[in-house]
Amino acid sequence: MGKEDVKGKKSSLPEKGKRTRTIAIGAIARVEGEGALRVTVKDGEVRDVELRIFEPPRYFEAFLVGRHFTEVPDIVARICGICPVAYQMSAVHALEQAFGIRVPGPIRDLRRLIYCAEWIESHALHVYMLHAPDFLGYDGAIDMAKDHRDAVARGLRLKKAGNRLLAFLGGRSVHPVSVKVGGFSRVPTRHELQGLTDELLWARDAAIETVQWVAGFEKPEFRQDYTFAALAPEDEYPFNEGPIRSSRGLHIEACDFEHHFTESQVPYSTALHSTLNGESYLAGPAARLHLNASRLSPLAKHAWEETRLGLTILNPFNTIVARSVEILFALEEALRVIQAYEMPRSPSVSVTPRAGVGMACTEAPRGMLYHRYAVDEQGTIREAKIIPPTSQNQRRIEDDLRAFVPQVLSLSTKKAALACERLIRCYDPCISCATHFLRLEVCEAAT
Amino acid sequence: MTKRAGMGTIRVIGVGNAWRGDDAVGLQAARRLRERLGPSVEVIDAEGDGLALLDLMEGVDHVILIDAVKGGGRPGATVRLDLSAESRWGTVVPCSTHAMGVADAIDLARALGRLPKQVILHGIEIESVDSGHSLSGAVREGLDIVVGQVTRDVERAQCMNCT
Repeated sequence: MGKEDVKGKKSSLPEKGKRTRTIAIGAIARVEGEGALRVTVKDGEVRDVELRIFEPPRYFEAFLVGRHFTEVPDIVARICGICPVAYQMSAVHALEQAFGIRVPGPIRDLRRLIYCAEWIESHALHVYMLHAPDFLGYDGAIDMAKDHRDAVARGLRLKKAGNRLLAFLGGRSVHPVSVKVGGFSRVPTRHELQGLTDELLWARDAAIETVQWVAGFEKPEFRQDYTFAALAPEDEYPFNEGPIRSSRGLHIEACDFEHHFTESQVPYSTALHSTLNGESYLAGPAARLHLNASRLSPLAKHAWEETRLGLTILNPFNTIVARSVEILFALEEALRVIQAYEMPRSPSVSVTPRAGVGMACTEAPRGMLYHRYAVDEQGTIREAKIIPPTSQNQRRIEDDLRAFVPQVLSLSTKKAALACERLIRCYDPCISCATHFLRLEVCEAAT
Repeated sequence: MTKRAGMGTIRVIGVGNAWRGDDAVGLQAARRLRERLGPSVEVIDAEGDGLALLDLMEGVDHVILIDAVKGGGRPGATVRLDLSAESRWGTVVPCSTHAMGVADAIDLARALGRLPKQVILHGIEIESVDSGHSLSGAVREGLDIVVGQVTRDVERAQCMNCT
């Protein structure tokens, strides 16, 4: 819910520079967590956009120092209740790199499967509960449910299918407990996994409907010349592995992440901003799809092509379509893994720690999630670095708003603020990973 | 003599985050009630995603929720809301660190026609949700009161199920 607070009167407008216009939203709706945004406008031009994040996840980096490597997956899972698997996956891959370990095929497949579960539940939550109401003209999913009961029920069941798969593999659907360095503490039997098939088949059909549904939504006209960045392996749609590529020719391994992606501090936020060679970039479903469309599973590829959106994904409002295509991909991939699954002889490989540094980047629902750990010979964490996707997209959100705000300044303050909120929601920012309170303010500078 | 309702007709759900100070109060109430009410009443924990409540409320006639709330009252103050017929939140806001919280789950269940016959929320005004802290003193007092109130609500619901 927003509140409108307009200081100064329109009659004073002819005196340039005397007007201060403020749009304040007490807490932006339908994003994960809370933060603040301030937009400064002078003479009708956007001068400054500041996305403020007050409570970055760096505390976790400090918590991790001095802990044994075996504790890391459980600690990092607590960073976020929506994307705990992503934190666990980046952590175990980075630590395995430090120890020189590679897990065998079946464990690798199960890691893709547990990531599928997280994408399904996280994306379904955002598409149906948080984002679709923007396009259909509702304040939220509750209002939308009154007129679109079947669609909301479909979204809830889709999300539940993801939750169930995650609870099955992870021991519970929030902060799973089965993931460990070297594999899992327990792996399912083939028979147990087969028991999930019927519901996943239903969900796959529902995901096809979802793509068609959201592709039909009317989107605002807005395009940006994005630099997309995502993992892009040669032969599969990315989850846990692959080089990092960008739409401007970057092609690096995760160990070189910090040579190209730079974090910098801004005075108005305690969270760090990420840039790629000094510029903002876009991580997340649209970037993954842009760089990996040819690696989609058959139904997902077909559904994506049927939308005929192609490069119009440059419009951030089409990210809801990319997210929906990824739900469908994740369901096809889950079914493929289950079908091909052979229970490994052991749920994990043995791990012998050694001193070193390991880095890994995996694809969280909202984009690349980078971890780096320095470990001593006993396996104690000496240094930890975590760069979450929302932090990476912060600068990009600001750049979008800088271009978007002039389009909405002629609207009432309330409508302009709502339009900005909608643009921010395209990024599905998981601010709860990092922030405490989100308030939107647009000010017209006095000088 | 009243006949005790069998497992499955009444469900008590403690909501909260065990790691966020006073936000754990709903979970702690659930733990106390599990010991006090015994196996005839289902008492469960709900952590994290508020939407999961839609499923957790399914399949029973009576649901009693216990959650940390912020309503402008003093820490430890308790509030009992009967949400069966309509959502009258007033100033009471169940606490959630996620986009969809308890209030959203109840309103959504109602919109979808999936709300149980009776839903009662017991709220405890909280003071702090700082990570890693235990319950503050005032909230502990509120917890004692709510455990007593929920016990009486359960007994009342069991009576309503008498045949």
